[in-house]
Parts: sequence; C-alpha cells; structure tokens
Amino acid sequence: MKKSNDKKASPWKSIKIGLLALLVMVIYAYGFQITEVNLEELRSEKRQTSLKRVTRALAKPDIIEYDQTEQIINFPIYIPCQADGTLPVAPGHAASDPFLIITPGCASPGETVQVEGFDFAPNVTGPVRFVPGSDVTNIVTLGRDVAETDNTGHFILSFKLPERPSEDVQYIRASLRKNVGSPHFTQTAKDTWEKIIETVFLALLATTFGTILAIPLSFLAARNLMKPVKSPLTSIALSMIGWPLGIYVGFIIVNWVGSMSTALHTNAWLALAVAILALVLVWMGIRWALPQAEVNSPGRLIRFLRLGVILLCVVVGFFGLFQFASLVMSVGKSLTLTLGPFGFLGNFFFQSGDIILVITSSLGALVAGGAVSSFLSRMGLQATEKLPAGGVKIINLILTPIAVATILVLLGQLIEWLYQIGKPFYTLWGPMITGVVLGLALAIFCKAKDALPTGMVIYYITRSVLNGLRSVEALVMAIVFVIAVGIGPFAGVMALGLHTIVSLAKLYSEQVESIMTGPLEAIQATGANRLQTIIYGVVPQIVPPYISYTMYRWDINVRMSTIIGFVGGGGIGFLLQQNINLLNYRGASAQMLAIAVVVASMDYISSVLREKTI
Amino acid sequence: MLQIRNLTKIYEGGVKALDDVSFDVPDGQFLAVIGLSGSGKSTLLRCINRLIEPTEGQILWNGEDITAASQEEMRRIRRKIGMVFQHFNLVHRSKVITNVLAGRLGYVNPAWSLMNRFPKEDLAKAFKQMERVGIADKAYQRADELSGGQQQRVGIARALMQDPELILADEPVASLDPVLAHSIMKHLEDINKQDGVSVLCSLHFLDIVHRYADYVIALNEGKLVYEGPPKDIDDQKFKDIYGRDAERVG
Repeated sequence: MKKSNDKKASPWKSIKIGLLALLVMVIYAYGFQITEVNLEELRSEKRQTSLKRVTRALAKPDIIEYDQTEQIINFPIYIPCQADGTLPVAPGHAASDPFLIITPGCASPGETVQVEGFDFAPNVTGPVRFVPGSDVTNIVTLGRDVAETDNTGHFILSFKLPERPSEDVQYIRASLRKNVGSPHFTQTAKDTWEKIIETVFLALLATTFGTILAIPLSFLAARNLMKPVKSPLTSIALSMIGWPLGIYVGFIIVNWVGSMSTALHTNAWLALAVAILALVLVWMGIRWALPQAEVNSPGRLIRFLRLGVILLCVVVGFFGLFQFASLVMSVGKSLTLTLGPFGFLGNFFFQSGDIILVITSSLGALVAGGAVSSFLSRMGLQATEKLPAGGVKIINLILTPIAVATILVLLGQLIEWLYQIGKPFYTLWGPMITGVVLGLALAIFCKAKDALPTGMVIYYITRSVLNGLRSVEALVMAIVFVIAVGIGPFAGVMALGLHTIVSLAKLYSEQVESIMTGPLEAIQATGANRLQTIIYGVVPQIVPPYISYTMYRWDINVRMSTIIGFVGGGGIGFLLQQNINLLNYRGASAQMLAIAVVVASMDYISSVLREKTI
Repeated sequence: MLQIRNLTKIYEGGVKALDDVSFDVPDGQFLAVIGLSGSGKSTLLRCINRLIEPTEGQILWNGEDITAASQEEMRRIRRKIGMVFQHFNLVHRSKVITNVLAGRLGYVNPAWSLMNRFPKEDLAKAFKQMERVGIADKAYQRADELSGGQQQRVGIARALMQDPELILADEPVASLDPVLAHSIMKHLEDINKQDGVSVLCSLHFLDIVHRYADYVIALNEGKLVYEGPPKDIDDQKFKDIYGRDAERVG
C-alpha cells in the first residue's frame, strides 16, 4: 500500500479524480433540481415588488404610533364618461375646509386623471384611492397612491383609474392623516411584550425542571458508573418483581393516606399543626432509626424495629406532605384574592400546592417501588452469598420465570391499552408463557451465583430511550402536549422540558464518563458504598461542565420557546405566526425584533454567568 | 497479620500482572514493595483491598478471607485499610476538610453522609489528623490550591481518618521532590511506629527503602523475585530485580 502512495500520478489515478469530480457535479445538479433553485423567479417584476413591499414593512416594526386625525375628502367621477356628457357635481365645502379637484371630471377605465388637493393640513401624507361601487361610505378602497402636502396644504398627483366601469357616479377618496400628541406603544407592541415575557419564563421553567430530572438520569447513562454494577440472577429477579409490586402497594397506601388527609382537612391552622407535627415525628423517627455512625452492626430485632419505624415515618411523612400541600393551596387561594396586583404570588402557592399533591401520589408509588425492589434484591444477594449453589439454582428456577413473566405481562397490558387488540392470548397468556419459558431458560443456563451485568443492561436501555426521545423535535413533542394539556405555554413547558431532560442527560453522561478515576478509586478504598462514591467522588468533578451545559441549554430553550408557539405551545411564536399568516409584516417584524433582543441578551447573560461560576 | 497466598491476576486480554505471589506481613511491619514500572506493584496493592478483583489465590487478613468477602463485608474490611496514592487522588474541587472527612465514609450512615452530615466527633478527629500532618490551616481551601506535598498530606490524613490497621501506599512519593519525599515518608514511619499500623508501600528509590523499610519484597513481571531485609539486596540481587542492564545509582 505504501509503495503505491510513493508512486507518481498514474493515468488511472487521474481518471479516478475526474470521475469523482463528475460524481460531485451530478450530486449537486440533482440537488439544484430537487430544491428548485431558480433565479429567474427572483428577477420577475411581481416578486420584486412584493419583496420590496415586505422588506419595507419588516424594516418598520409596528412598535410606536401616534394618534392621528384624518381629513377625508371624497370626489365624484364618472368612469367612463356619461353618454350625454354630464359631469359629476362637485360637493360644496366651507371656505376653510380642504377640497379636491379632479380633471377631467370623467374618463375611460385605465386612463390617467389629475387629482389636486387644496387647503389640507400642511406636510401630511395619506393614501389617495378609488372607492368602488357608488356608495361613498364604502370602506374598501383600491390603489396604492400616496399624497403628500406641501407647507401650504396643497398636493397634486396623477391617478390611474382602475378597470371599474359603471353607469353610476363613483368616488376618489383622499384620506390625509396628521399625527397628534406624543408617540405611544401600539397594541402590537404591548401584545409582543406580554408574549415575550411568557416566552422567557417558559424557557426558564423548562430548563429548571429539565435539569433537575436530567441529573439522576445522566448517571444511569454513564458507562463508567454502570459497568461495575453487577448482581446475581436471584437478586435481579426479586428486584424485577419488587418494582411493580412496590409501585402498586405504594400507590394504594399513598392514596389511602391522601384520602385520610382530605377527610381531616377542615381549616388551615389544623393543617399547619398537623404538618409541623408530622415533620417533627419524622425527624425524630429518622434520628432514631438512622444513627450517624455505628461501629458494630446491630442485632436482628433492632434492625427489624428500625425498618418498622422508617416505614411509619414514610407514611406519616406523606400524610404531612398532603396536609402541607392543601395548606399551601388554601393559603395561595386566599392570597390571590387579597394581594391585588401581587396576586400571582398567591397563584404560585396554589399551583405549587397542586403540583405537590399530584407529584406526591406518583412519588409515593415510585419510592415504594424502589424500596421494595431494593429490599428484595438485597435479600436475593444475601441468599446468593449464603446458600449453597444448588439451593440458589432452585430459587432461581422459581423466581426468574415469575419475574420475566410479570414484566412481559405488564408490557402486554400496555400494548393492549395502546392498540386495544382485545385478544387476551396475545396480550396476557402469550407474554406470560413466553416469560415463563424465557425465565426458565435464563435460570437453567446461568450459573447460579454468577454476577450478571445489570448495570450495562440499564445503561443500554437508558441510552436507547434517551436517543429515541432526543430524535423527536421539541416542536413535535409540543403537538402531543398541546393535546394532553391544551393550547398554551404549559404545553410548551412540558415539551421543552422533556426535550431538555433527554438531551441534557446525554450531554451530562458524557461528562461523567470523562471524569478522573483516581478520586473515585480513593473514595471507594475508604469503604464508601456506590452512592457515597458518586456524591463524594463524581459530583464535585462534574459541577462545572453541568453548569456550562445547563446555560447552553437555557440558551437553546429561549430560542426554541420563540417558535414553540407555532404549534400552540405558548410564547411569542403564536403571535408571530398569526401575523405572518395575516400578511401583517409590520407586526411580525415587531415580534422578530423582540426575539432578536431576547436571544442576544440571554446569550450575553449566560456567557457572563458561565464566566463567573467556573 | 496479612497473608497473601498464591495470588494471581490476569487482566482481560491475557496480561499476567501477578503470578503466584505469596508472602506474609506481620502486624506492625513496614514492608516495601519494589520492582520496575509494570512489574505488578500497583496491582498487588489494589488486589489487597479488592479495588482490582484477583483472578486466583487468597488474601487472609486476621484469618478472614478477603477474596471471598461479600459487598457488605468488603465495606467493613476496606474501612480498616487506608490507601495513599502516587497522584494523591484528592477530589480537586472539594475542600480539604471534605477530602479528609471522606475517610469516614465507611463508618458513617450512608443516608446522612449523602447530605454531607458527619458526626461532631468525626469533625474533631479530622482536625486532629490534619494537625498531625501539618495542614490544619488549609482546611477550608480547595484541594487543588495546595502544593504536591500538601496534597499528599491530605491523602495521608484521609487514610488516618479510617482508623486503619493497614495502610497501602502506592508509590506515595514518586511525584514529589526528594525533600518532600522524606517528609511524607516520615509521616508514614511515624504512623507505623507510633500507632503500630502495618504499612505496605511500593517504592522506586532504594535509598528510601533502606532508610524506612523493615522488610522488602520485589516483583519482576508479576513474580516474587526477592523477599528479605533491605540490607541484603546486593548487586546480584539488584540485577535479578531490575534486570541485567540496570545500574545502581545512589
């Protein structure tokens, strides 16, 4: 290979280069064809004039306006001339009033007449237009001529009559407008301001929630953290059974606690007292059940008691949380009424309480799921370590089929719910049998005590989900959320938030993968468990890149939130799209200007913040 | 008493880093591990606290088989084995005090330590250890603001926080200048002589070995090639350990 490189250019090589050049040309030629590159169209008169009009409108954003007084004068004209030669009667006017003179008083369609105005206000402008039909009050007018008076209030212009022949008298109208008073913001400017604020906060909320949720996910998607995570089959099977079981039990318990709480909730003071009492109880319980340091591991009875106390603490804690949430909601409600212009603070409390209520139920279910699963998996680990291989094998043979079948049946039920197949063989019995067979196979072929790479399985699943969701544009997600929660900024927050979670989790996890391993090793060597290693060894190292990526994402979210409104996701995009569709380019221009200002200043602010924090 | 029995480590890819190594470390001994780079010194030290899983063999510590310990038991065993590293392995962005307190992670309740809560006694202990190695005034500085010698002292204080019965020191002075090297070695010697902590220390320079070690083992390509007191390393032994072309300096 090396030898041929040293050789001089051969004819074969030249032909190859020539063919390559030809291929490139063909590719680009096809590209031109596909994208319809056509400068002819650009040069055409029609395009030129509309381009000129739109560009000029865009250059004059609709932000400031004056109140105007209008001097409207209509002048009659015959198009074409009457057969008997009658001319229209010029309307009378007072001595100081403005008036028009059109010469000649009648003409054929398409001919040019001279329009002359007298005694208008000096130095004002306004359109001179043809009023179709014979109704002098018609608000629809034709033509684009603009008159401009000199300092004596006089103007003169040539006016081309439109192709609107009529037996009756028709009119030409001059409406000259004069600015009065001081300039003020237009309605468009006010709407734009309102919507741009909405946009900025939309981006803020999406970034905040996205970041908070992306951090734990990023650990699951980091290869270096997940690779050492291994557990034996017994423990995996038990934890797979534990999740759905725990979630189910947790859901029931939390809902029961919730209904108890609702029943109790009569007034705010009681709720406050109960919430504080619950907090104190939980604190005391945890202080007792989780001592800060222990040299010797305690006996079985103590451990059992502790577990009980912690469970009790969790139930009491959720009760307190429910009380707290309803307290916050009622406080928020009363504040909304009493605070007047700062009522939004009350609304914030009310909505936060509501969020706590909603989250508490699902959080409780998840916590219970995690707790039951990790408890069971620890039991599995201990069983694997203590029992002989044969015993472990038998346990595996029983548990693994149950676990795999449970997961597959749940998946089957999800499919049933989504597609409404209605045949239990496909969604219930089939997955169950497959699960049992697969589980048996797994239990038979795996050595009983071998540690399986659970971490890598979780890693690949997380990665695939992240990559899949990341490839869906936030704009598309917004469409789904608009259907779920209705048109408005909340749908935009959800869509941008979800997209933020998945893309940040990916970026974050790459940072986790590139940390220094030395400190991790050192922390591990002290006897720290996995979670402690992450908190003390990983987290301090990833703070700077996390901040910098969050800023970057905040930047993207601001830009995205300006267009998320195109699909109903709130923010300024809705106004912009509306104005473009209504051909109101001056309005659209105002919104584009606002977007540019916000994006540029966010860019500046984020770069300043980044410099300060890192 | 630490007993290494037929320890073998084969890395993925077939590299044999340790080959049937056996030796004993009586309590309170200062044992130096010498050998060329890549001779398996680091692997040996990391096998002892199972940062690296040995392929074969046994490690008995006070009669307990470390290689067969479960994850829970490993946490209990590791907290009694302090470790000091060539590159200090401090968490750079954390404060010195946090780095030192990390030595208690094996003792404290995980739930509390996750919120950065340590018992008061641990905090007092941390200051005592930092005073012992002379860095108490740096407690609230970031670890990466310290010089190399100071960073290694933080590393030693962290190991001391574990109330260790054994310290594994992986070339603790290889990235320090000779003066600092002796001051760090003196700290290790002090811990060994005063507190009776066994020290397993891999070293490059024979003068340091002669000065501090009670006993020496030497590795060459994963095999144990020498075992005995440092003064018995003559020119012939030296060439066995470091290869025929090696020259003795210093």
